[in-house]
Amino acid sequence: MDQLDDIIIDIEGMSFSRSERLIFDNINIRIPKGKVTAIMGPSGTGKTTLLKLIGGQVRADSGSIKIEGLDIPRLSRSALFDIRSRMGMLFQSGALFSDLTVFENVAFPLRVHTDLPEDMVRDLVYMKLQSVGLRGAVELMPSELSGGMARRVALARAIALDPDILMYDEPFTGQDPIAMGVLVKLIKTLNRTLGHTSIVVSHDIQETLSIADYIYLIADTHVVAQGTTQELLADTSPKVKQFMQGLPDGPVPFHFPAQDYFQDLVGGEL
Amino acid sequence: MISRIETLGRTGLLKLAALGRSFIFLLHALIAIPNPRTSFPLLIKQLYFVGVLSLIIIVVSGLFIGMVLSLQGYTILVDFGSEQAVGQMVALSLVRELSPVVAGLLFAGRAGSALTAEIGLMKATEQLSSMEMIGVDPLRRVVAPRFWAGFIALPLLTMIFSVVGVWGALLVGVDWLGIYEGSFWANMQSAVSFEEDVLNGIIKAVVFGYLVTWISVFQGYDCVPTSEGISQATTKTVVYSSLTILGMDFLLTALMFGDL
Ligand SMILES: Nc1ncnc2c1ncn2[C@@H]1O[C@H](COP(=O)(O)OP(=O)(O)OP(=O)(O)O)[C@@H](O)[C@H]1O
Ligand SMILES: [Mg+2]
Repeated sequence: MDQLDDIIIDIEGMSFSRSERLIFDNINIRIPKGKVTAIMGPSGTGKTTLLKLIGGQVRADSGSIKIEGLDIPRLSRSALFDIRSRMGMLFQSGALFSDLTVFENVAFPLRVHTDLPEDMVRDLVYMKLQSVGLRGAVELMPSELSGGMARRVALARAIALDPDILMYDEPFTGQDPIAMGVLVKLIKTLNRTLGHTSIVVSHDIQETLSIADYIYLIADTHVVAQGTTQELLADTSPKVKQFMQGLPDGPVPFHFPAQDYFQDLVGGEL
Repeated sequence: MISRIETLGRTGLLKLAALGRSFIFLLHALIAIPNPRTSFPLLIKQLYFVGVLSLIIIVVSGLFIGMVLSLQGYTILVDFGSEQAVGQMVALSLVRELSPVVAGLLFAGRAGSALTAEIGLMKATEQLSSMEMIGVDPLRRVVAPRFWAGFIALPLLTMIFSVVGVWGALLVGVDWLGIYEGSFWANMQSAVSFEEDVLNGIIKAVVFGYLVTWISVFQGYDCVPTSEGISQATTKTVVYSSLTILGMDFLLTALMFGDL
């Protein structure tokens, strides 16, 4: 973690706000190369936004986001598309192309970025679908899949090109315990055997802790804690403890910023 | 009072910004060297959705408009004993004005709104975002083929509209009301000039096709990605397209036929 050339994504002093609401205030995050980094934090803190910032889909207001030295917010449109072909992202909603079959969805990145012959594309698609347990669904349309299945197809699509950087936005949500176990193993295997850098955004603490090499806990526009699994579990600060143990009461607010509850309740009659 | 002026100014600025965005959007979508191997099938697919699927409404409307023009023209012209001129009247009004305008309006309602809703839904379900993250520019992959398809389809649909309209006029005028067929065609042939009338009508259709598809794809791409936003964008597409067609039609007519 201290070795500078082991850092693939380096976010420095980055601030970002959306409709005048500050989402990130001058944060620093470093993602080590070839490791699994987990981003955790309460719902609505901006974890999805962070992944979009790394992918260059939204631009930071200030600060830098460097991927191997390239500053994402300052790249040209075409340079951005070039670097994205080396990233894979699993969207929170799956985001499969609704006019293409499962097969064509997974084949999409292969077709646009490679010139592989058709039977090779076919083999690769079947392999990726097999690894998420959905080889049988190859001819279905996205509208015929359940939420958890769609997400697994989206995962197969994200890993189709074996990208250097994989970003998973809530990969475990909506999966049954068996699929969950398979996905945890899959992410681990992809990381260990192929050396991908993985960023996992998740609320499932047990699963995340079991695969993450390094964890960032963000809340309230800041990084509130960071470290290895052991370090975070051993952390005694109340914020970290509350989140890691899932307690409703504590310094991390469960509520979206709002005016006084009592005021809202009686406000109608005043 | 002041606040009203402020609102007006703010609305004006927002509209101006949207107009600027739409120019940049169009530029990004169209300035690209297409890869024939991937672009051509995409274009064909969109031509089918935008053009072929609009055929029925265009043919049926063209037929009825031709028939009704013929009937109205006959009842007026017969008083002057010049009912043979029905052919030229119908052909000129169709080719110069009605075909481009009516076909354009129908096209905006049938194909334009569908384009907006489709692209808006792709945006709302993050399909455009995920395409971007795969490293494919949705402006080139999604927007450009739809734009070109609309641009190509409307002039063709307009020509079909004219042909079917003249046929409808023939059915009513000759077969039903008994105008002598020879003078029906002869008058039409001598009155309609290819450069003056037919070509100008096609130019109108090209301009309308360009504007309607531009409005449609931009409204879809720029919409607020919610179900409400999509429905608003679809409405805007139809309203803006219709107003643009009617306004531009007056302008073009003044330019083309104003000195006659
Ligand atoms: N398009 C948008 N326009 C304005 N505000 C937005 C938009 N998208 C997200 N936000 C705001 O940004 C904040 C962060 O959103 P984000 O989706 O990144 O949260 P998250 O950490 O991924 O939450 P979750 O765990 O629930 O997925 C939210 O509070 C939300 O209100
Ligand atoms: Mg999220």
